[in-house]
Amino acid sequence: MSSMSVTRATLMKDLRMEWRSKDAINSMLFFSLLVVVIFSFAFNPTAEESRLIAGGLIWVAFLFAAVVALNQTWARELRNQVLDAYRVSPAPPNALFLAKALGNFLFVAVLEVLMAPLFVVFYQLRSVGPLWQLVVVALLGTWALVVNGTFFAAMSIRTRNREIMLPLILFPISIPALLAMVDSTTGILTGEFSPDFWIKLLLVYDVIFTAVCLLLFESVLNAE
Amino acid sequence: MKSISIAFIIFTLALLSFSTYQALVVAPTEATMGEVQRIFYYHVPSAWVAGLCFFVNFLASITYLINRKPNADAMAAASAEVGVVFCTIVLITGPIWARPVWGIWWTWDARLTTTLVLWLIYVSYLVLRRFAAGSQTQVLSAVLGIFGFVDVPIVYMSIRWFRTQHPSPVMGGGESSGLAPAMLQAFLWNLLAFTCLGVAFVMARYHLQKVENQVESEHAQLALQGGTR
Amino acid sequence: MTGTNASSIQPVVVLQNLVKFFGRFAALRDISDSFAPGRLYVIVGDNGAGKSTLLRVVAGLMQPSQGFVKLLGAKPAREVANRVGYMGHAPLLYDELDGMENLCYFAGLYGLDDEGVCRRAMEQVGLDPQLERRVGQYSQGMRQRLSLARAVLHDPELMLLDEPFSNVDVHSAQEMAAILGRVRDRGKTIFVVTHQAPLVEAVADEFVQMAAGQIVSRKPMTRSAQPVSTVAGEPL
Repeated sequence: MSSMSVTRATLMKDLRMEWRSKDAINSMLFFSLLVVVIFSFAFNPTAEESRLIAGGLIWVAFLFAAVVALNQTWARELRNQVLDAYRVSPAPPNALFLAKALGNFLFVAVLEVLMAPLFVVFYQLRSVGPLWQLVVVALLGTWALVVNGTFFAAMSIRTRNREIMLPLILFPISIPALLAMVDSTTGILTGEFSPDFWIKLLLVYDVIFTAVCLLLFESVLNAE
Repeated sequence: MKSISIAFIIFTLALLSFSTYQALVVAPTEATMGEVQRIFYYHVPSAWVAGLCFFVNFLASITYLINRKPNADAMAAASAEVGVVFCTIVLITGPIWARPVWGIWWTWDARLTTTLVLWLIYVSYLVLRRFAAGSQTQVLSAVLGIFGFVDVPIVYMSIRWFRTQHPSPVMGGGESSGLAPAMLQAFLWNLLAFTCLGVAFVMARYHLQKVENQVESEHAQLALQGGTR
Repeated sequence: MTGTNASSIQPVVVLQNLVKFFGRFAALRDISDSFAPGRLYVIVGDNGAGKSTLLRVVAGLMQPSQGFVKLLGAKPAREVANRVGYMGHAPLLYDELDGMENLCYFAGLYGLDDEGVCRRAMEQVGLDPQLERRVGQYSQGMRQRLSLARAVLHDPELMLLDEPFSNVDVHSAQEMAAILGRVRDRGKTIFVVTHQAPLVEAVADEFVQMAAGQIVSRKPMTRSAQPVSTVAGEPL
């Protein structure tokens, strides 16, 4: 038993369970569509203005969709107290965390891949800057949200108001990452400034917080 | 111990009176902004004390995770609360200063925005403390305290860069503008006074928390012996 | 206090001044005791006596407020997790997976990737490995059996079972008790918390009575005979 095999086994198990209870995926997809449509009504997209605010809008939409998804991740482990079975085993806690984080990453990435074209269509977006930069920003930014989101979801699941607690503690700490995602996306879409600093910041953010999460997850898992 | 505390409190109050006198009377009126600039003597020291409190919270959180002693958690709780209070002072004095000078309440100035984000992070810390279930409160909040403080430099850098990209009015000097010597003196006195005030508040709150913890553990020991439920 | 005749053998579980607080409530009040290996201990007592709490602390799911626990010579930790099996009050299974999928996943956590182990474990508790029904649709008896299978999958030396017979029909329960007896005969140590003492009388080595967070009595049994003294387990 190695950490990697436990992570892989847990990830496969989660994906299998997610696939079987398709309601979670379907309702998430529909929710994402709703978010995009409502944003379109709230922020009327004429071509010029939209490119300016699109960076912000997309990421806020992804953020809200992600939070709904993140809350469900640990709920599955608390049903039947099955998390106890993991804790009692010799499997390392970090393997569990990585599996959950990766699973969430995949899930949110799927949502983004589905929502992005909708945004492009509704807001008639065209990117002045290179597309691959957008992909890099999306990858780094999504991981930034997901790694802390998975960790904080594990914390908030044990509190009295678990649904509201997750966004409450996640959003403030994620502000620098959000700023980076929004501004770099705006920079790439408008072509007006370089996203390089933001990309570096996101990388630093990801590395630091992934390390902190891995360091502290065991304490959270075993908090009674 | 108690007499030292009382002496310190009296000292702090005396210091605060002196520094207030310095700030409101002795320091010269600022050329462009007028009397309202005197808020600076409260605005900046409060920010400093808030940052100090959050740093103490960071150390206390780490200490708690290592040795799980309730005193470390008590210090974490105390420093976070006092830090949020001073942070709130910064966020209130900022707009009070800005309004007469620039005509608007809030300009998303870099320093003020950073303070706002810090305030949000540590308010969320206090909310977590409130709503976590009993015994987990200490571990979970210690963890969040570490996350929060690790974020501070990143918050600062990100907002600074954002403001470099998209400039907007900067509130209040202190960073770029040099201070006239007479102003510097008032500033330093207030810095000292506020630091002492912060220390006094934290120690008082810490002591209160320790007493609460003691009561809990006395009850628990009683339950251990008596077998009552 | 234990009075085992093989006193040179290391006790498998040692409790030293064990205290567990939940806020102001003392669930475990200064317990010091030790337990010899290779026996089936039945822990009985009223609700709230601390039986489940004791099991969870021994399993390492909770930290003691004071004192310590030693099992197999070490503090409960990942080093000895391989040799300990725990069955909780709740099923500790994934409703959305079927029996084999559940077991194979948990086997992976112990480093066992042989499907045969899972199949044998299911057969041992009387379940059909071919069954593709999701655990969420199992009957309670089947769920308890599968939960037991999960706990013993990795052939642990020490088993901690919390209410294994709860809501199980008499026939299944008797089968499970017999399984436990056979496992004990192979040299394993088993702790069973139960309200249904009569079910395990035939296989029990010792009855451990708990009340108000303490162990109040321990009654060794001479097996295949009536108990030495009346045991205050609560028959359901």
